Amino acid sequence: MAEVRDIQIQEPAARVAAATDELQDMHGEKMVLNMGPSHPATHGVLRIILELDGEIITKAAPDIGYLHRGDEKIAENMTYTQFIPYTDRLDYLAPLANNVAYALAVEKLMGIDKQLPPRCQFIRVICCELARISSHLLGMGAFALDIGAITVFLHTFTEREKLYNLFESLTGARFTTSYTRIGGLSRDLPPGWIEQCRKFLDEVVVNFDETETFFTRNKIFTDRTQGVGVVSREEAIDYGLTGPNLRGSGVDYDLRKAHPYLVYDQLEFEVPYGSAGDAYDRYLIRMEEMRQSVKIVRQCLDKIPGGPVNVPDMKIVLPPKERVLTKMEELIHHFINVTQGVNAPPGEVYFAAENPKGELGFYINSKGGGTPYRMKIRAPSFVNLSILSHLLPGHMVSDITAVLGSFDFVMGECDR
Amino acid sequence: MTAGELATQLKAKFGDLLSEATEFRGELTLIAADAERIAEVCAFAKKDLGFDYLVDITSIDNYGDDPRWTLVYHLYGYGHRAHLRLKTSVSEEKSELPTVTTVWRTADWHEREIYDMMGVRFRGHPDLRRILMWEGYPYFPLRKDFPLAGKPSDLPEVAFTNTTPMAGGPFVTIAGGKDTIAREPRVRIPETDSLATTNRVERRADIKDAHGEGFGPGPIEPKK
Repeated sequence: MAEVRDIQIQEPAARVAAATDELQDMHGEKMVLNMGPSHPATHGVLRIILELDGEIITKAAPDIGYLHRGDEKIAENMTYTQFIPYTDRLDYLAPLANNVAYALAVEKLMGIDKQLPPRCQFIRVICCELARISSHLLGMGAFALDIGAITVFLHTFTEREKLYNLFESLTGARFTTSYTRIGGLSRDLPPGWIEQCRKFLDEVVVNFDETETFFTRNKIFTDRTQGVGVVSREEAIDYGLTGPNLRGSGVDYDLRKAHPYLVYDQLEFEVPYGSAGDAYDRYLIRMEEMRQSVKIVRQCLDKIPGGPVNVPDMKIVLPPKERVLTKMEELIHHFINVTQGVNAPPGEVYFAAENPKGELGFYINSKGGGTPYRMKIRAPSFVNLSILSHLLPGHMVSDITAVLGSFDFVMGECDR
Repeated sequence: MTAGELATQLKAKFGDLLSEATEFRGELTLIAADAERIAEVCAFAKKDLGFDYLVDITSIDNYGDDPRWTLVYHLYGYGHRAHLRLKTSVSEEKSELPTVTTVWRTADWHEREIYDMMGVRFRGHPDLRRILMWEGYPYFPLRKDFPLAGKPSDLPEVAFTNTTPMAGGPFVTIAGGKDTIAREPRVRIPETDSLATTNRVERRADIKDAHGEGFGPGPIEPKK
């Protein structure tokens, strides 16, 4: 006859206490565990060297650089426009947002960021927000997957697939979009795109509700995330966290509100921020941000004006092809623009945009001409990960996946 | 408080150490004459002027000029929401300046990256190791005299180890062969093995080197 047993679940705190008590009688028994660089929970090639006391982490040393490609060196050796495809490969889960941030940084250096045509600015905002939805959908799905809930991943991926179809009809590519140009966009919205986008927004909101029913009041999920990976407000600021990870710790700071760029000051949206600073708060914030993004995109689709998408300066954007082939002056502009790049003034600028992962900043030091003398990419994932060695000790090994999932980093951007 | 007022206060405190603030595209830049005192300036900016967030630290290689290194600090305050850029220079002979990790802990990785990429050292940094390149890498790739194509260097020993056990062994598929059945390991019974590419002959030699005689599949016999 089969025996029936009750499953006993201890509170995490009790588990930690029990584990430490048990370890009291074998001092010095430390074990080094290597996690990554090829580990499903490290979302790429992050490696963490852990020192364990039983199940409890006593020391954590993140090791990064496995995806280092030298993007900053590459940027010094090509024109501003040529670097746009490389920005796709920074945060490769939100390439459109990177394209926009980079283009705005160069435009700030050129002094034309306030002269962008309104249609261009609205399309760029739509791009940024769709990229945010795409990135958060993947982040949520992967977070769930890491802590053992596979269903959510399938739900969020279905929506993400629709988004990639939208990106494909907009830019011609699903992943590596390279959509922006210095002073504009590579192309205008294709016919019928706005209707497709509206249809997607109606569908994705339903999906958010479904995803929330999986998560928000799920006992297993709350047990594994509440009180795990707690970052205080002071620590978050001291370690330079940005994006949802900063707001999870209760700092009401969003670059779209604090230093509005594009047309964000004309749009109505709210910035969610947390109070507990744990993995659960960071999850809640991402869910709410996606809803706010939907709200922003809807407003943009309603308000989007007609007109050109590029600045009317042939020395910055390429002239139309038929004029290049028939007019002398346009041919010269085209030639100079392609071979030497845009003529940026000497000077230095720092521009940061609120990307899905946090503050993506470009510091450009120019000595004039079409190539930056030095370009520094301030990648949010790089800075966000630097807190790990401070945050992980004291947690259980199984909490690592919850902490890493809630930080939602991407190594393409971290290692550059 | 605006960035201009904050820059004036900082300048008032440190006097000749700091240059007049210059503005470009609405961003203020102050240049500190002595890199040795940069930590002091940063500590004051954080404690008394409310610059509680260090956005970024960057280095510039002014190759051919003296001083060769320029360090760029981007400061921000959540209270007053103002940006400020601090710059300072270090000569190539010295290549060293005090750390600001004591002021903001986020400086840790930024300074490690600068050390890794440019070779500028930070005195007092708790853990100044390479961060993106591997330990023992001999060059500083973001210097202007480092070629874009890179330079050959020894990889650490961990990158290449001996042949893994079972490489090309009886349970591992091998590329080549006319169809998937031929690549399937189970059909490659050593004696009747018909798939004898040069690649496989080499791999068999590897197995012998790594494990000695008697390991791996037997010798390849010529096709009949």
